[in-house]
Amino acid sequence: MSEQGDTTTLTARLLERAAPKRADFEDLVIVPLFAVVVALILGGVAMLATNVDLETIGRSYVALAYGSVGSINALSETITAATPLILAGLGVALGFRAGLFNIGAEGQILMGGMAAVVVGFSFTGLPMLVHLPLALLAGIVAGALYAAIAGWIRAATGAHEVILTIMLNMISYRLVDYMLRMPAIQRPGRSDPISSSVLPSAELPRLLEWIGPNLRLHSGVFLMLAAVLFVYWLLFKSTIGFEFRASGESPEAARFAGMRSGLIIVLVMALGGALAGLAGANQVLGVLGRASSGFSAGIGFDALAVALLGRSHPFGVVVAGLLFGALEAGGRQMQVDAGVSIDLIGIIQSLIILFIAAPLVVRALFPWGFRKAAPASKE
Amino acid sequence: MEIELRGITKRFGEVVANSDVNLTIRAGEVLGLLGENGAGKSTLMNVLSGLYRPDGGEILIDGKPVQFRGPGDAIRAGIGMVHQHFMLVPVFTVAENVVLGVEPTGPVDFLDLKKARAQVREINETYGLEVDPDEFIENLPVGVQQRVEIIKVLFRSANAIIFDEPTAVLTPQEVTEFFAIVKSLRSAGKAIVFITHKLHEILEVADRISVLREGRIVGEGVPGKTTDLELAEMMVGRPVSFNVAKKPFSPGPVLLDVQHLTVLRENDAVAVNDLSLNVRAGEIVGIAGVQGNGQSELVEALAGVRRVAGGSVMFQGKDITGASARDRHRLGMAHIPEDRQRTGIIAAFTVAENMVLDTYYDSRFSHGLAMDWQAVNQNSAAAAAAFDVRTPSVFEKAGHLSGGNQQKLVVARELNRDTKLLIAAQPTRGLDVGSIEYIHKRIVDAREEGDGILIVSSELDEIMSLCDRILVMFKGRVVAEFGAAGRPANKNDIGLAMAGVAA
Repeated sequence: MSEQGDTTTLTARLLERAAPKRADFEDLVIVPLFAVVVALILGGVAMLATNVDLETIGRSYVALAYGSVGSINALSETITAATPLILAGLGVALGFRAGLFNIGAEGQILMGGMAAVVVGFSFTGLPMLVHLPLALLAGIVAGALYAAIAGWIRAATGAHEVILTIMLNMISYRLVDYMLRMPAIQRPGRSDPISSSVLPSAELPRLLEWIGPNLRLHSGVFLMLAAVLFVYWLLFKSTIGFEFRASGESPEAARFAGMRSGLIIVLVMALGGALAGLAGANQVLGVLGRASSGFSAGIGFDALAVALLGRSHPFGVVVAGLLFGALEAGGRQMQVDAGVSIDLIGIIQSLIILFIAAPLVVRALFPWGFRKAAPASKE
Repeated sequence: MEIELRGITKRFGEVVANSDVNLTIRAGEVLGLLGENGAGKSTLMNVLSGLYRPDGGEILIDGKPVQFRGPGDAIRAGIGMVHQHFMLVPVFTVAENVVLGVEPTGPVDFLDLKKARAQVREINETYGLEVDPDEFIENLPVGVQQRVEIIKVLFRSANAIIFDEPTAVLTPQEVTEFFAIVKSLRSAGKAIVFITHKLHEILEVADRISVLREGRIVGEGVPGKTTDLELAEMMVGRPVSFNVAKKPFSPGPVLLDVQHLTVLRENDAVAVNDLSLNVRAGEIVGIAGVQGNGQSELVEALAGVRRVAGGSVMFQGKDITGASARDRHRLGMAHIPEDRQRTGIIAAFTVAENMVLDTYYDSRFSHGLAMDWQAVNQNSAAAAAAFDVRTPSVFEKAGHLSGGNQQKLVVARELNRDTKLLIAAQPTRGLDVGSIEYIHKRIVDAREEGDGILIVSSELDEIMSLCDRILVMFKGRVVAEFGAAGRPANKNDIGLAMAGVAA
């Protein structure tokens, strides 16, 4: 028993934060770093195995670096590709934190994007200050509502959210195709599924056109940064985030502490859907200017990887999203310069995730990068 | 057979779990190994059973040094261990479980279950175990499952048997039967090691006692010569008091009034059946009973985390039958849940976060939607200091604390505010003497402050030493009441009521 003497010193001592442990640093920095390196090496091996000569492999990695960070245009492309990945990744990460596996980002992006497009071309004569926020809001609300369906069914019946969101993805693909052929939405004079164009008053303004007309970086990046800060605040500084994380770590303990699990599930899904919906709106209002069949382009699935890679932490999601954006932008350059298939980028991305998901493999491959494994705990 | 441990030292990294331990285990003798949680008992026995290799010292069997490369070596040397958590396949029969891994086989590797059954019967008869070899494990009560574990060890021809906290899961009656089995094993010439932190058990069954503290043997005792207080002092390292000092019983008005309460299990079976009870201010009411007689469901219903199927619950004259857990909490009800790992704390959360798990919405800790982490941390540090929660800091993960400190964390969270009624389920299960003493003191403190307290415990000693009034639950009903207005509390009578014998 502690000497009752000096409670104040004891209290003060209890408030001292321990220095970050080396193990945390290894987990957060060294493992991902090695994972990227190993993935790139294995990507090279894959090219070798398919009869690509060494020189071309060298050239393709130079192109990868150049195309992702080598010029203003490359940086612009990287960030443009990263923005929707980060937005949707934040939504998925929110779900992970609350113990929900929201696979439905793809569908939520589609629904959000569709709503934003419809608002974006339907209202003529609105000033941008009204029209753009309205279109963005439509995307957010549509994504939130679409995801909330899965949340509500899960909360009400206990049906698993993985199955629900996968099925909602399926529905969303066909629903978008169907809507794109509706007379009110389909571009006049076209027979393929494509929507009318978003009016200039609803477009996310480009940021770097004063440098070069082809720089696609648009103001959606600010929305993304705001969303990152919002999710960080929500998760770690708000009571709602406390409830999310508690239900994620231990639904039973959260319920015993008086938290309402059903409400939390619906709320988490809706917020995740809102972020994915914003990602969809960001794409149609900032990059594509219209909606076409499958305009989500797998962003919702890459977002799963981004959230995993970012350890479901908002800042981690930013880093992971930028990495994926860079791989995508650089991959296109690789294809152009070295004639290497863009599929290789997919392989490298998957390898990175594989190694992150299996840190023990990385530790075994690079034993000198890590301190000796922690001793087994006593008893 | 004589097993000697000489100078055994076992380290995990920088932590020394066992330091220069000397111990002798003899045939036909029960050695009691006493120590608090974390004292190094299990490590020592895992060294003996071949799971760990010692960093220093040696093991001698009948004077010859032996080296165990794994549990298999220890089993071949005749050392068997009965673990606290049984390792049985629920959908297999007793005989199938016993032979698992060493199945008797006939021609062409044919599984000879007939032979297995016969062998189980033989062991049954030799030691008076009375277990049906053809019964499925899932249909057997815990006490009988434990006997199956004993048969398993005997089937592998063990001469030395180690029991790791064997009575933790047993009812008082089952404990008595278990002791009879231990005695019959002893008279059959087996060497027995009995690991526990329960003093009265070790005094009842052991021939010699060794006390382990912080990895070292700190003392030895002989039942009949050494008293329980002396042993407790060796175990904890300071004088211990068993008597919970309480002011005289002077109950106030009725706080909690439960009438004709019915609660169902998940499968719609009746768990609590038309039960009525009340708790007054300044009173500790204990619910005794064999686990699984509806106590857990009663507590969960009262805490608002399980639906009530019938009857009413009044708190301070207000009907709270359908109130949520949060509502009850706000009214001043506190709940220490029975499974602290699953429902009491969140292991991945910090001590500070756990300390506000059910009060985070309070204006002390948050403003609107924004948490005030500084206030949370300050308050948690003060509560941790006040309730003796031993942690390096409030930012430590709760999962890294010992069981006793986790429980003190739950107690601190629930009592460190203005409470009127405390519902505590198994508040000291699996804890060491020091933590139990401390938690009991805080519960009695709450009573002195005029709180009403309802304790559910399967530890009869705990109920008897703490409670002003004792209710015995059997098959969802209160079948007997002792203390205060009822009959005076008597261990034997309570035990009989727990077994459903009407008295």
